[in-house]
Amino acid sequence: MSAMDLHGRARVFGDNINTDYIIASTRKRETLDESVLKRYLMEAVDPAFAATVRPGDLLVAGRNFGCGSAMEIAATVILAAGIRAVLARTFARTFYRNAINNGLLPIECDTSAIREGDPLRIAFAADGMEVTDERTGERAAGRAVPPIMLAILEAGGLVPYIRRHGGIR
Amino acid sequence: MKTISEKILSAKSGRDARAGDIVVCRVDWVLATDASSPMAIDYFNRMGGERLFDPSRVLLAMDHYSPPTIPRTAGFHDQMRTFARGRGADLHDVGDGISFQILSESGAALPGDLVIGADSHTVTCGALNLFATGVGSSDVAAAMITGRTWLKVPESIKIVLTGTRRPRVSAKDVALALVADIGADGASYQALEFHGPALPGLSLEDRLVICNMAVEMDAKASIFPVDGQTEAYLAGRAKRPFSPIEADASAAYSRDVAIDLSSLTPRIALPHAPDNVVPIERAVGTPIHMVFIGTCTGGRVPDIHEAIAVLEAGGGRIAPGVQLVVTPASREVQLRLLEDGSLRALAAMGAVITTPGCGACCGTSGAIPADGMNVLSTANRNFKARMGNANAAIYLASPAACAAAALTGRITDPR
Repeated sequence: MSAMDLHGRARVFGDNINTDYIIASTRKRETLDESVLKRYLMEAVDPAFAATVRPGDLLVAGRNFGCGSAMEIAATVILAAGIRAVLARTFARTFYRNAINNGLLPIECDTSAIREGDPLRIAFAADGMEVTDERTGERAAGRAVPPIMLAILEAGGLVPYIRRHGGIR
Repeated sequence: MKTISEKILSAKSGRDARAGDIVVCRVDWVLATDASSPMAIDYFNRMGGERLFDPSRVLLAMDHYSPPTIPRTAGFHDQMRTFARGRGADLHDVGDGISFQILSESGAALPGDLVIGADSHTVTCGALNLFATGVGSSDVAAAMITGRTWLKVPESIKIVLTGTRRPRVSAKDVALALVADIGADGASYQALEFHGPALPGLSLEDRLVICNMAVEMDAKASIFPVDGQTEAYLAGRAKRPFSPIEADASAAYSRDVAIDLSSLTPRIALPHAPDNVVPIERAVGTPIHMVFIGTCTGGRVPDIHEAIAVLEAGGGRIAPGVQLVVTPASREVQLRLLEDGSLRALAAMGAVITTPGCGACCGTSGAIPADGMNVLSTANRNFKARMGNANAAIYLASPAACAAAALTGRITDPR
């Protein structure tokens, strides 16, 4: 088990969760402080969610997670809630990029059998990630992250990456 | 043999870029809005940024909170002014309009250019035969410092448009038909590239509408070729000579999608997803309480003209109980509509005319619908709560259909 391995409880959403549903444009107008905004995480789709989310939980969704607006706060509010990875069948490209740039791990894998509350384990290997649902024992392979994204993720996000390399390489 | 995207990204990366490759590209234009600049400035500072790579190529626009309605958003604007003033960025204050609309009017962004913007609808600029894509604030901050960004070269979907549109069928209907056909994630990580005999019949403004909604299919970019329409639009605007970027005849596409415009009829997207599209007949009669004509999809001069033509043909009387809100996409649009009397005509009918910018689209400035209201809008997104109230329902249609509903107070076929 590597230092990056994750273990957490699945919090399950459906397809096409757009960034306005993750955090409403009208909320981020009031403040950009993620420690405040996390109270409104997923407000439009599940108003009770923010009160029940625990640090270490893992977000699980279907297709096209993070579609719509490219607002980066959608990724940083998830991190502020203590969630370190999002598992989805597919991601919208802007959200995927924003997640990597902030050190939030986006894992593209088959999420169809994962149920709310399932204990999940995410293991890292040289050729990608493996997600195990400890309730069912089912395993799913996460799609490999392109090398430049892996380098950004390993640096801890785009800020430390730029500081370290002085540019994009 | 390359697509337009492969050609532009080859030129900008100095490599033989093919779909699937990851390339580091020189960017020509970097955009951010008042919704994305505050975080971009924060990332810029944390990255150790001091100067902009080229201040004339960094455009900041106050469009989402235009004008500010609370001290916090006024503060975001002040932060942008301070940042831009100290570094010489191309700053556009409240009322100038939507970032990429300003860029597309400027004559500075031209065929072959690469644009990144911290606004997902940056893809709109692809109407000008350039590669434009939306990113977040951190990627914009890195590009402000380095003048570079990394991109995965997308595969392209070849969209072939044939036939001639019938009267009262708008570019918006073409966009909605495409979203319905391709789906909310059907173009993920791909670019749309437009072809076909119908292109000469689509004005540059029509193309901006169609490219705008490409992101509602999760497309990375959306690109038209150069033709007489492009040249007519750029005549008197283009700030330097340009060369069209054409796809090679044998370029490889992930798939072809054909749309016959002659059989296309008015469409409408039902709540709460832009790909929840049906022919408008299926929704006729639904009560409408607010009509919004504006945004980066439907707030340009031809959109407003299309709406006024329908309003005037129907007697020019807005139905009792309907609020008509009109928001020009930019100051240039506003000035032209002032000069030709369009805004006067709308105001005389009882329309509310608001400051150029994003307006009511995402609930951050302008009119917010009340609980239980149905809104018909020319915008591109109708997610629940998008306009600032989760208890309102948003429908998306053409300016003509919006005008028709303003006259009747119900969803109405504009034909």
